[in-house]
Order: sequence, then structure tokens, then C-alpha cells
Amino acid sequence: MVPVLVVWLALCLSGTWAVDRSNFKTCDQSSFCKRQRALKPGESPYRALLETMELTNTRLTLQLINDNNKVRLLLELYRLQGNMTRVKINELKPLKPRYEVPDVLVREPPTEPLSVLSQDENGVVLSLGVESQRVIVSAQPFRLDIVEGHNVLMSLNSRGLLAFEHLRMRKDTFSYKVTSTVASLWDNIKRVFSSLSVHLCSAFMSSSDMTCVPLVCTLQTTKEEEEKVEEGMWEETFKSHSDSKPNGPSAVSLDFSLPGVEHVYGIPEHADTLRLKTTDNGDPYRLYNLDVFQYELYNPMALYGAVPVMLAHNTQRTTGIFWLNAAETWVDISSNTAGKTVFGKMLDYVQGSSETPQTDVRWISESGIIDVFIMLGPTPKDIFSQYASLTGTQSFPPLSSLGYHQCRWNYNDQEDVRSVDAGFDEHDIPYDFIWLDIEHTDGKRYFTWDPHKFASPKDMLQGLKDKKRNMVAIVDPHIKVDSNYKIHNEIRSRGFYVKNKDGGDYEGWCWPGNAGYPDFTQPDMRAWWASMFSYDQYEGSMDNLYTWNDMNEPSVFNGPEVTMHKDAVHGSWEHRDVHNLYGLYVHRATMEGLIQRSGGVERPFVLTRAFFAGSQRYGAVWTGDNAAEWDHLKISIPMCLSLGLVGISFCGADVGGFFKSPSPELLVRWYQTGAYQPFFRAHAHLDTPRREPWLFGPENTALIREVIRQRYTFLPYWYQLFYHAYRTGEPVMRALWVEYPQDPATFAVDDEFLIGRDLLVHPVTEEGARGVTAFLPGKEEVWFDIHTFQKHNGAQNLYIPVTMSSIPVFQRGGSIIPRKLRVRRSSACMEHDPYTLFVALNTRRTAEGELYIDDGHTFNFDNKEFIHRRLFFSNNVLSSVNVAPEAQFTTKSWIERVVILGASKPRKVTLITAGKLKTAVCNKENKVFNVGCSFQVVLSVLHEQCLKEAPVFRVKIYFALFLFADGHKSQLDFDFDASVSVLTIRKPSMNAGEDWSMALQ
Amino acid sequence: MFWYLLLLWGGISAVEVQRPRGVPLSKRPFYEENKPFTCLDGSRTIPFDRINDDYCDCQDGSDEPGTAACPNGNFHCTNAGFRPTFIPSSHVNDGICDCCDATDEYNSGAECQNTCRELWRKEKESMQKLAEIAKEGFLLKQQLIQEAKRGLEEKQTKLGEVQNSKKDLETNVEALRTAKEAAEQPEKEAKERHLKAWEEQNAAIRMEKDKVRMAEVFIELDADGDGFVSVAELLSHSEMDPDSSDGSFTEAEAQELLGGVDKVNTAAFETIWSKIREKYVSESNTDGPAPVETPQEEVREPVSDNDSEPYPDDDIPEEEDEDEDEDEDEDMDDGDYKSPPVTRTDEKKDDSEEGAMPPYDQETQNLIDAAQKARNEFEEAERALREVDDQIRNLEKEISFDFGPSSEFAYLYSQCYELTTGEYVYRLCPFNRVSQKPKYGGSETNLGTWGKWAGPEGNVYSVMKYEQGTGCWQGPNRSTTVKLTCGKETVVTSTSEPSRCEYLMEFTSPAVCQEAPDLEVSDIHEEL
Repeated sequence: MVPVLVVWLALCLSGTWAVDRSNFKTCDQSSFCKRQRALKPGESPYRALLETMELTNTRLTLQLINDNNKVRLLLELYRLQGNMTRVKINELKPLKPRYEVPDVLVREPPTEPLSVLSQDENGVVLSLGVESQRVIVSAQPFRLDIVEGHNVLMSLNSRGLLAFEHLRMRKDTFSYKVTSTVASLWDNIKRVFSSLSVHLCSAFMSSSDMTCVPLVCTLQTTKEEEEKVEEGMWEETFKSHSDSKPNGPSAVSLDFSLPGVEHVYGIPEHADTLRLKTTDNGDPYRLYNLDVFQYELYNPMALYGAVPVMLAHNTQRTTGIFWLNAAETWVDISSNTAGKTVFGKMLDYVQGSSETPQTDVRWISESGIIDVFIMLGPTPKDIFSQYASLTGTQSFPPLSSLGYHQCRWNYNDQEDVRSVDAGFDEHDIPYDFIWLDIEHTDGKRYFTWDPHKFASPKDMLQGLKDKKRNMVAIVDPHIKVDSNYKIHNEIRSRGFYVKNKDGGDYEGWCWPGNAGYPDFTQPDMRAWWASMFSYDQYEGSMDNLYTWNDMNEPSVFNGPEVTMHKDAVHGSWEHRDVHNLYGLYVHRATMEGLIQRSGGVERPFVLTRAFFAGSQRYGAVWTGDNAAEWDHLKISIPMCLSLGLVGISFCGADVGGFFKSPSPELLVRWYQTGAYQPFFRAHAHLDTPRREPWLFGPENTALIREVIRQRYTFLPYWYQLFYHAYRTGEPVMRALWVEYPQDPATFAVDDEFLIGRDLLVHPVTEEGARGVTAFLPGKEEVWFDIHTFQKHNGAQNLYIPVTMSSIPVFQRGGSIIPRKLRVRRSSACMEHDPYTLFVALNTRRTAEGELYIDDGHTFNFDNKEFIHRRLFFSNNVLSSVNVAPEAQFTTKSWIERVVILGASKPRKVTLITAGKLKTAVCNKENKVFNVGCSFQVVLSVLHEQCLKEAPVFRVKIYFALFLFADGHKSQLDFDFDASVSVLTIRKPSMNAGEDWSMALQ
Repeated sequence: MFWYLLLLWGGISAVEVQRPRGVPLSKRPFYEENKPFTCLDGSRTIPFDRINDDYCDCQDGSDEPGTAACPNGNFHCTNAGFRPTFIPSSHVNDGICDCCDATDEYNSGAECQNTCRELWRKEKESMQKLAEIAKEGFLLKQQLIQEAKRGLEEKQTKLGEVQNSKKDLETNVEALRTAKEAAEQPEKEAKERHLKAWEEQNAAIRMEKDKVRMAEVFIELDADGDGFVSVAELLSHSEMDPDSSDGSFTEAEAQELLGGVDKVNTAAFETIWSKIREKYVSESNTDGPAPVETPQEEVREPVSDNDSEPYPDDDIPEEEDEDEDEDEDEDMDDGDYKSPPVTRTDEKKDDSEEGAMPPYDQETQNLIDAAQKARNEFEEAERALREVDDQIRNLEKEISFDFGPSSEFAYLYSQCYELTTGEYVYRLCPFNRVSQKPKYGGSETNLGTWGKWAGPEGNVYSVMKYEQGTGCWQGPNRSTTVKLTCGKETVVTSTSEPSRCEYLMEFTSPAVCQEAPDLEVSDIHEEL
């Protein structure tokens, strides 16, 4: 969506396609950022008052004092389950409560006992229990070091940039006026009493009782306050907008040092490389949800969403920092500049060589408290699991939402929708969702339909449903101020709108003109909003209508930086405190509405543009209003990879680019890239020419058809990866280093990516490309081109000549990927279709994979209604075992084909099935036993495998394959293509939920 | 006819022996029971039991005509009672009813009804309706063709006539030109005479006035009244400093003015007078640059006009309304009439100084009147000729215009058809332009001017293209595609904007109607 009025554009941009930077603040224009960034390292005024330390079983508290102003802070330290440490710092006695972010953590994180190892006047050493991990609290200046053995993993306030602007009374009103009226008189007084006043002031400054300060001193301090006011502590203006800042300065800041780290990632959303850059020579990375019109690439400007999570990685370890603060936040990154701080004597022996690389990070937020979760890994997957335990995992989406989405601003009317839908059938291109943007509504009144263009939405939805397809309609959070609009009247009468600083309903300019913004931070508002999605409230809606939340940063066309005024009020908090949470709440309330309308049965699908930590629980996100440019195609990779690292797996970019019009080549390349990214939706701006896949000539139509069909063949794999993401928090679309954490060559790769562990994708993102060079990771690995089945060794840069039809995708040797090759009109049409198993052998001639099946759309999988099987190939036997014997589900799908890549030609292939055989062969004692089957064991242990199924259940298991005397044996036909060593086993025909094994002899 | 064929078809299927599911009758011979089957592309041969065994063996999909196993296969719907058809294999058993005889969903659990007869009935009804329309439309079309033919003939006749009358007019124009030129020569001479006499008279008067003034100035300069103007006396008039820039009028300079002598008498002053005439400022000066007062009242006129200027400078129209408003702005600019009145006052001022030329004497006036009459007659004749030229051009254009194979679209020429929607009134003036005007006020937007016939090959006259309309913000110029379908009425039935600034208009006209064809019959033929 375009964030600004057309008028604006014409005036501000004068024909250039780039962000108007002057609409958005630099650090210098954001007073707290400027103030905090001006602090010098190594001058920390904070001292830990060790005598105030209290240690209960799970919690350590300690007061910190700022020796400059004597304000005391309270430090809380927790050791959390799963190798995490939580550090909270708040004012000991704030004037009024400071905002602590609610609703982001899935629960109060469970703690584990802390114990004091040693203590003296310089500090305290605490044990973190695991693997000789300790926290060292140094008293003066205050700092925290987390060490393991001889290694410092992370240090806090090591550069002394902890800053906590305490809440204070505004001292201006009376004396300020006096100041201005009798300024000249003061000057005289000062001149006469200068030496005295300084003397007096210094004498009294140490007194905390300011009421006793004599006149002259008061004058002097008032003068100082006045100077600070100029710095924007109590009032701040940006362009024509002023921020009344009734609470004055309230920023918090803390620095972290990461010894041995050269690579940091995360803190989306930025249009930048996967590996974060140092910010010494420019602005810090900014986290402030903003509707940025025509965003620029490769810079640290804020975008639509914010996840304050950073990952640090080296070959030894991955760690993470989760800075739980929803206010405007800036993150500075520098490298090896502040690494030589003097460690306390307790740390001396752990200090490594001075050559050690180090990354220093500094977080600055405008308000709230310091609440930081330090995730200690040590592996990338541990980090995902640790972060998932805090904020939850990716919601498990309906299978259909992993198909292709056709969107445009706007499909004009029902006839347009019907004819686009028919166009897909005519050109034999599958799709699952067609989308309606804002023009479908009656005058941008969400939950309504344009009475002329969409006069009978249910007929339209039924027409789609008849083809097992779905629709998404947009519902934005800005509500037209119109007394004839039910939604507005209800929100107003219930007092659900965000208030302005003067207590009235906050109003701003957005698509409908004057609009109110519901206060989604209020639980009762969210409950009401959710109820608006019930079929009787949302007229014209049906169960195949889903929702899209746009503009939820929130976007306010006439607000500062195109968003809400920071002094707007949400209950007892300022918008300043909750800003980055607003979009998450909108997304959540909408998702809850979709769940509730089906009585809790159906899985929802909601797309959001704004997001925060935890948004993964509510649905999908996309990278906002990109442009039809090659660089925008390229940046979609690091943008989604960065989101995946911080839990948000369901990510995509507008295929084709939102603004401008793509060349057919760019469009085709974008489809080829998007088809291998999690959220696959084409979208286009209102002013662009139409670009449905068949509008660019038969050749391009064929290319686009082919790649969308490829997407559909991989849906079983995508689906099981999302199931995994839901269970474990592991990203679906993965940076290479996640799977190859010890190979530095992978650390900065962001022109290719993995889907799960087993597919490597190197999209063609250069105009007129004749070839690409893909890096195939893994010394031990082999990779198979999924199109030609050609085998390539790992740990090499492979040059691949490309044509317009090429999409370099490789399946990892050692993997088994289930696919459905019978592509139909939509994913639902393919539900009962058979699987083809692609078994890619590694150098040890083994492979493993999974098969996950459920109904594809309900929450019944939570009640164990699913099939989850593990597929193994070893010793020339391929077998399928149930890894969830407690689960029950039946499927009509069967196995129609097994394709073994890197195979040799067998004499015969024998399939053994056993009807209702219960395999379940594992126990913790590593014994192989028969679970109540009255059959004779024929074959013994075949395979040793480490199963990592449920996150809490990681046991080494011996897997036995049972062949049963009275089991059913049959010989299978097969083809062997010696030129590429591909064995295709014809029609084994067993049910996909069955136990079976297949022996190549 | 069609029913007969259908019954025949029914009979055939009744006696039909087995053929694999999804195989059309025409291909049945390739699927010989219990004999090895060779894929239709010849790529391989497989046992007969692998036909329709739900596994794709042939690259061309020909072994699985009745299942969804092959990605590129086709399933044949017999559709008894309706038109047989092929559907992609991917539509077999996908839970969606595609064949009207429901044969594609034999194993999906979808409950499909056989709707072939119902479909046929509906199609027949609508076909009949269409056929009726086509029939009536076709009749109307014949009339249109006749009319066009008549119209064309009329126009050609008219063209002939006009071309003839043009010759007469041309002769006439030439004759009148000669007459005009003949009358203008004596007029010119008489006028010049009159002017010359008046100018001579004026010169005499001016000279007399100058002499009087010179005398007055001499007396004024001759401050001591000694009958001489001396250097000293001259020096009191610093405005006469020849190099006024240096600010000092020296004695030497004054003496030089006086021709190198110290003083001059009246006679000698005459030569000096010509040098100082322009500079001299009278001591009793009140009438110098004063006479501004009188014209001032006239100058006020445009000022008051300026006040009523409807668009003050600071009220710049918003960019938002870009294209519509731009036109209006230009109109307002055209109406800028600040300058003409100023020149008007200047002219008047000159007139008053020069004095009015005396009226022509009767003889001259007679010559002028005669010349004017000749001029008027000539211009009148020329205008008539121009009109005829226009007429010829228009006629020729219309005659040569592509109004379709039989000029059946000629009747649309210079007509306009409107359609009112929720917001706009759309106006199609065939072969001219398409426009859109907001229903509730606002200026008209050009959606394209006539471009070309743009239908597909073989049916070029089914689509009109109007191009180069008003430009879109950051987009193309507006354009409109008009799709013509057969109808009894000539009417715009719908408009839409499928893509930004690319409009689509549906337009019915009898001129598109074809003689009712037997489409359905030909389909059946193909199948059998």
C-alpha cells in the first residue's frame, strides 16, 4: 500500500523513485538517540551496591547507583531454563511505573537455581549451572560478564554505556518564567556571586534534598535544566510535528561485548545484507515500525516491523540477545574498537590474546526498562529453541496458504475475480488464494463490500470454493470516522479508540480520510475486534475468506514519520511505550477472530506488514512495498533469512515488485525465486499494468506455469518444514551458516539459501544472466540438481550455466524429500494424491527424511490426528517408520514412485508391507523389542539413528526393521537410468501411513 | 438437426464395446484389448494392464487417459446429451465436477450430477436467443449496409457537386480579387495624398510653435534683459550640462554651447536652440512631465480587473486533481487580460498629442468606400471557397474511411453513445473519441481518440482501439478498447478499467451481426 497521499508524492518526489529520507528521523533528529550516542565509553557512572544483593533460589537482585545523580536502579538477574540468562534493570523507585512489555513472552520464563560461587568487595561470581558457565558481577564500574571455562561469552556494560534516564519532575514552569523575565538581572547576580554560587552549588549538589538549595544555586541549576530542554528532553519537534513528552527523558541504553565474534545477524526489519554491518560511520540500525514509501536498499533505516533480537556467531558458538522493549530503538554495532577494555582481576586469566576479534553492540530505547534475554546457544538450533521457548514458534499454517497467492491492488469487481480465476484454469496454472486490496470495501470501511463492484461476495466466495480455492480480503486497523459506519460507532461508543494527548479520540489521515485507531493493546478491544470476524458480523464472509492486516505500524499519513504521535495514549501508557507492539496486537486480534469464527476448529491465515517479537505466532509477514527492480529481488533473500533467524518463518516478498512494472525477464526470475520462498504471493500497485502470469506471451506463461507447478510438487516438504517450525522454532528458509555453523565460508552468504536442511536454492537475480556461481556447502556433502539429477560435491563454488528456465536448486545427498507430482488446480485438490519419494544418497549411501500428513486445515493435529513417519535408506533398504505411534490419522495418499538419486542398479526390488503392523520399536534402554505383534522377527537391526523429534525428547534410539513372515512381499518394477544413476521404482502402492520397507538386492 | 445427431450418438454409445476410461471414440483403435500398448508418441510399449493403472508410463500421458497419473494427459468426457470435451488429467478425481456427465469424478467421493441435458437445454435457449438477435441484427445490418451504400453514393454525388461549385467559386474569387485590387489602387493614392497634406500642415504648425517657444526661452534666459544670452546666464540652467554625469556645468562648457562666444543675440540663438531644445527646463515649469493625470483614470481600469482575478497567486490548485484541473488552469491563463488595456491608453495618449487627422474629403471617401466594398466581396467569396474546401475534405475523409467490409459501421460516424455508471458518464463517439465525465460535476477526461480497428486476424472489425487519451500520473496515456458484439440496439453495455488507465468498453451493434451459423452442428460433426 502506498503510505502517502498522491498529492504528497507529486510534490515531494518529483519523479524520483526513492524514499524521501527527510520524512524519517536520523539518530541526530531523535533526541534520545542523539543524547545517548553522545555518551563516551569508559566513563560509566554506575556502581553495583553489592551489599544490597539478595539471592533467592531463582532470582538475584542488586541495586546499582549512578554516582553522578545518585539515582538508584534495581538489577534483577535470572537463570532461565534452557541455557538463558535474563537481566532486568529498572529504576529502584521510579516516579511512576515504567512500561514493561506484556503479551510477547508466551509465559513467565521458568527459572533455574542460581548460586554464588564467590564474592568479595569487587564483585560476585554466580554459577549458571551448565558446563562451568558463570556470571561475574563487577561492582565498580558495574559490569556483567558471562563466561564459560576460560572464555568470555558476552559482557554487559563493558564499555560503560549503560544509561538509564530516570523519570523526573519537570522543573520548569515557575522558575522558567522567572528566568526569561529577569534574565539580565540574573546575569548580574551571577557575575557578582559567581565564585560563591559555584561553591554553594557544589556544596549542595551532593545533597539529595533539593528544596534546601539556596536561591543562587537554584538559579544556576534552573539554567542547566533550561539548556537540556533545548535538547528535546521535554518537548521535541520533527518537521511540523511536535511531541509533548509529558514524562520527559526516559531512555535506556546498554552495551554488549561479544569477544571472538565477527558475525552478527538479525534485528529485522531492514533492507540490508544478512550479515549486519558496523554502524560507526553512519546511523545505527533503527527499530521503529514505519510505513516507508519506496524504501531504499542496503541501509539501516527502520521499516514496517521490528524484532529486537540479534544473533552472534562464530565457528565455536552461537549466542543471542533479545532486547524486550517496544519503544523506538537504535542498535549500534562496532567491531574491535572497544575490545581492549580493562577487565577486572577476576577476569584477567580468561582474557585471550589481544588479536581476538570482537563485536560490540549497543542498544538504545526511548522508554521502558532494560529487559534482556541472553541466549547462550551453543548451536544455532539451540538458539532457535531458546528463543522459541520465550516467544513461541511459527503458527502452523493451513496447507493451502503454502500454495501460490495471486494478489493485485486491486481486483476490480466480482467479474474480474471470476475471470482471473478462470484464467488460471485456462492456462493450467495452480493457485490457492486470490486477494482483494482496499478497493473492495465500501469507501475503505473495512468489513464491508463495495455495493456495486462486490454486490454478492458470497456468490464469489462460493465460486472459488467450488474449485477448492480461497480468498483474502484486507482489513486495516484505521477506522473511518463516519457515524453511519457500524464499526466506528461501536469502537467510539465503547471507548476503544487510542486517545490523543488531550484525552479525545486520536484521529489521523489514512485511506478512508479521517480515521480513528482502535487501541489493540486493550484485551477487551481485541476480543471485540475478534468477534467482528464471526460469520454473522462480517457480512459476506465465508470460511474460505481469510484476512490481511496492512498499515498496522500504524500508518498515519499526516502523523510524524507517517505514524502515530508518540504522545497519543493507550490506557495508562503512551504510544511511545507501545509503538512497536501495535502491529503485533492487530495481527493477533485478527487471528483470534478467524479461529473463533470456526469455533476453534480451523487454522487461521492472516498476513501482516508490521510485526514484533512473537508475531510468528499469528501468521505470515511480507516485506512490504518493494519495487520491480532487480536489487529488490536480490534483497528479498536476506530480508526473509533475517526474519527466519528470529522466529518468523512465514515470510515472502511481493513477487514482481509492488511499485513499477517488471520486465518479463524480471517477473519470471521473481516467480522462480518466490516459488522457493515460504510465502509466495504476486502483488502489484494500482497504477501498474496488469501482470497475471499469462499476459507476457506463451513462452513466459510457460516458464511461470512451470515454476508454480514446481512449488506445488514440493508442498509436502514445505508443509512438514512448517510443522517443524511450529514444533521447534527452526526457520523454514535458512541461512547456510545455520546448517554449516563451522564453515566460515557460509557466514555471509545471502544470495542463496536452504529450505529446511535438504534443498539449496540459488535463484538467478541478475538481469541477462548466463550463469550463476553457487556455493555448495559441506565437505562431506553431495548435492543433486533437482532437474537433471546431476551430482555435485560439496564445499565448492559451482558455476552453473543458466537459461530462462533454469532455477538452480539442489537436493542434499542423504535426504529423502516427499513430493506430489500430480499438480492440480489448488493444493486442496491434491489432498489424496500419491507421493513420490526422492531419495538422494550421500557418500555413505544412506538417506533420511520425513513424511508428515494431517488434514491440512484444522487444529486436530494438536489432538494427535496426524501421521508422522521417518523414512530411512540404509544398507540398500528403504523403510518408513512411525515416529508418532500415539497419533492417529488415516490418509488415502499412497506412494506411487520412489526415485533414488545416486543409486546403482539392483537385481530386484522387494517391497514388504504388513498391513496393520505396529512397528514402534524404540525404547530408552536401546533394546529392540516387538510391540505386541504376533509375528516372527526375520531381519534384525538395520539402522542406528539419532532421532530428534520432540524438543524435550532427544534419545539415541536403535531402530529395528521387522520383516514379517506373514507380511506381504511383492516384487516391484523399476527403471534405472545409468547415465545419471537414477533408480525409479514403479508403483509400490503402499499407503503413505503404513509401515513398509523396500529392499534393493 | 442437432437432436437427430444426439440420438444417433446415444445409439452408438449403447452399442459401444469396452474402451479404456477417458479415451475418445476416435482413439479407441489404439487401445486394443489385451494387446501391448504403444504410447501414442511411440516412445515405448507397455502391457495392456498398465493402461489406466494410475501410474504414468508414457511420456505423452497416453497410457493414463482415465486417471490423473500423467501431468500432461487428457481425459475425454463423453457428455452424452451435450458436447463432448477434453479436460486435463489433473481434473480427474480432484473433487470438482468438470464433465457434465460426471464421469471425471468416479473415485473422489464428489457427488456430481449429470447436468448434460440441462446444460444443453440452457445452451439451446441462449443459442436460440442469440440466433434470434443475430437474425434480426443481421437484417438490420443489411439495412445499414444499404443505407451506407446510399449514403456513400449521396456523398460522392455531393462531392462531385461541391467540386463543381468549387470551380465556379474559384473563378469568382479571382474576378473579385482583380476588382478589389483595381479599387484599392486609387484608394491608396488618395489616402496618401490626404496624409501628406496633413503632415505638411502639422510640420508648419510645429515649426511655428517652436519659434514662439524659442523666443520665450530667449527672454527667460536673458535674465538681465540686455538682448543677449550670456555664458553666465546659461550657467544658471545646469540641466544643459552636456556631460550631465560629472555634475558640474562649467563656463567652458557653456561657452562651447554658445558657439565659442561669450553671448549671443536672438538671431544667433537660433543655432543654439536646436542644441538645447530637448534639455531646457523652463523656470516657470509646471507643464513639463505633468500631463499624467488624465490617463490615470483610464489606467485604473485594468487594476480593477486585476482585483477580480479569480485565481490569486497563493491559491495554487492542488496537484491531486492533476489532469482534470490542468485544463481549467489553462483556460484561466487564456483569460488573462491585464495588458491590452494598457496599450489602449497609450494609443489614446499619442492621438491626443498628434491631434486628429481631418476627415477625408468626399472624393477620397468615395474611393475608400468603393475599395472596402470590393474587399468585402472578395473576402466573402474566399470564405465560401474555404468552406467548400472543408466540405470536400470531410466528404473525402468519410468516403475513404474504413467503415467495415460493407461500410456497415458508417452509421456510427458522428454519433455518440453514453453509458452512466455509479460515478461516471462514459461517452463513446465512434471513430472520434471516448471520454469520461464525473456524474456529479467535474471536467471531462479523454479516454482516447480513434486509433484503429484492432480485432484478431479474421475478425478485425470486432474491436476498436482508442489511443492517446489524457495522460495518467506516472502512467501511460489513457486508452480504450471497445469490444463490439452483435445486438439489435446500438448501445454501450458496460465499461471497466481492467488495468490502470486502460479502459474496456462493450458495445453492441447490428453491424457486427453475422448470418446465424450452425456452430453446434459442426461440433458434433467433429466428434463423430
